Amino acid sequence: MSADTAVRLPGMRAKNPVMTASGTFGYGMEFAPYGDLRRLGGIVVKGLSLKPRTGNAMPRIAETPCGMLNAIGLQNCGVEAFLRDKLPRLPFKDTPIIANLYACDADEFAELAGVLAAEEGVAALEVNISCPNVKAGGIAFGQDPAMAGKLTEAVKKRAGNKPVWVKLSPNVTDIVGIARAAVLGGADVLTCINTLTGMAVDIRSRKPRLANVIGGLSGPAIKPVALRCVWQVCQAVSAPVIGVGGVSSAEDVLEFILVGAHAVQIGTANFMRPDMAFRIAERLPQLMDELGIKDLDEYRGTLLAG
Amino acid sequence: MGISGACRDLTILSVTPAGPVGAQFGCYYLEMDNPGLDPAVAGQFVMVRPAAFGSDPVWPRPFSICRLTPDRLTLFIQACGRGTDILCRLAPGDPVTVWGPLGQGFALEPAVPTVMLAGGVGIAPFMEYAATHPAPGNLSLVFGHRQPLSCYPFAELSQLVRAEAFEEKTPDDLPRFISRLEKTVAEFAGGLILACGPRPLLLTVARLARRYGARAQVSLENRMACGVGGCLGCVEKNALGQYVQTCTEGPVFWVDELSLSEDA
Repeated sequence: MSADTAVRLPGMRAKNPVMTASGTFGYGMEFAPYGDLRRLGGIVVKGLSLKPRTGNAMPRIAETPCGMLNAIGLQNCGVEAFLRDKLPRLPFKDTPIIANLYACDADEFAELAGVLAAEEGVAALEVNISCPNVKAGGIAFGQDPAMAGKLTEAVKKRAGNKPVWVKLSPNVTDIVGIARAAVLGGADVLTCINTLTGMAVDIRSRKPRLANVIGGLSGPAIKPVALRCVWQVCQAVSAPVIGVGGVSSAEDVLEFILVGAHAVQIGTANFMRPDMAFRIAERLPQLMDELGIKDLDEYRGTLLAG
Repeated sequence: MGISGACRDLTILSVTPAGPVGAQFGCYYLEMDNPGLDPAVAGQFVMVRPAAFGSDPVWPRPFSICRLTPDRLTLFIQACGRGTDILCRLAPGDPVTVWGPLGQGFALEPAVPTVMLAGGVGIAPFMEYAATHPAPGNLSLVFGHRQPLSCYPFAELSQLVRAEAFEEKTPDDLPRFISRLEKTVAEFAGGLILACGPRPLLLTVARLARRYGARAQVSLENRMACGVGGCLGCVEKNALGQYVQTCTEGPVFWVDELSLSEDA
């Protein structure tokens, strides 16, 4: 008898907790040759803005020990092209497709939310108040509780019946304060965490390894930080939390569930090999069987901490 | 052409230094079994992740296909960093995950006089190109290199096509090599020019192709994370000033599609 991997989230049911993180899985179809997209618990697509964005100059990525830095700068095709060319090709009837939203102010966020809320194929809206790689908005929104609350509220008002997820930044003194503000603003789900700001430099050329100088650190290197953030946020708020940061195995998935997460997103590990999310989703029920875990609700948040 | 297949678990058959001093200069051939990769267009690449990478390095490594036959995949690799160092130390039997062939390969115009301009390890895809070209009599190779010639598959290529090597020993040799390139580009202005090698070589070829109105393609070696269009890390600016992905829309581009610059 196989373990039950299903996860209930506000407004949706996922067949398993293995989702993909925004910015690491393209618009979804790029990874279709490597696995059946319907096997995933959810697909969070590349961050979308109202108008197409060019993104940052090259170089945009640098490898670091057990991780990487990126400063892509939210290059994207714009919401209109996404809805016209990308979304219809995704298996949205079988797997929740979550749109990730980026905008420069509350009005723009609200407008974008309104456009996406009208789409049957969009299961939820993930609000990016934590991108470290753009000049306007981004991380600044996620560092101030009042601003985080205000933006969440603006999106929620226009989101109709779509659940609103808010993606939090770890680059704050107190992530719990931001989490509480987002929930007060109407967030249905919190996604923890976006990348950690970081740098890499070349001592010979004396140049930064990213044209943007500063970028976001991701990959297995940040998993302990992500676990800590998810643990703290789960202790403080009742909204479901989705853990992101260095997940690259079924064991990692259970670590995040153990500290209280409802689900996880696979990010940089999709770059390690493009079938990674599919492999983790396939492996998870076997691992649960091995550990005698019948379903995730029973296991969630059962960390034996003093 | 384009994305194909899933990730394949391959086995290393051999890791062989290229020529008598290949090990000293870090030049190796990696041979793997081929359990059913789709046929490649020369210039396409594969992503390679040996089990030995673990979680570090995180990225797989992209390599142009040096030779792909129904039973073998051969890569030509120069050990020059963490990933390639690990790859060149693999032993027969070691497991490697490979996906590809990926991206867009070189144009093939059998009846058109074609010259391959290669720099260093950039010679790799031209093995596949020459070996699969239906009229190799129409092919020439101009090869610039810094390590001893025996460290590269130059002798093998010389048996297939007209080939000329140019060794860069001192800084003074560079302008001479560039003049040699200019002469070649002028000569093949009505034909087809294909280039693969370090970015300065590609920039030079692009500049010369514009000057002589030549049709030329370059294979970019932009840093990649995923290789499949997922990360937008490997982009290059096109002629319209928009960023295009090297992994899916390249790595081979017509020079007039791009606005090549020094960065990246």
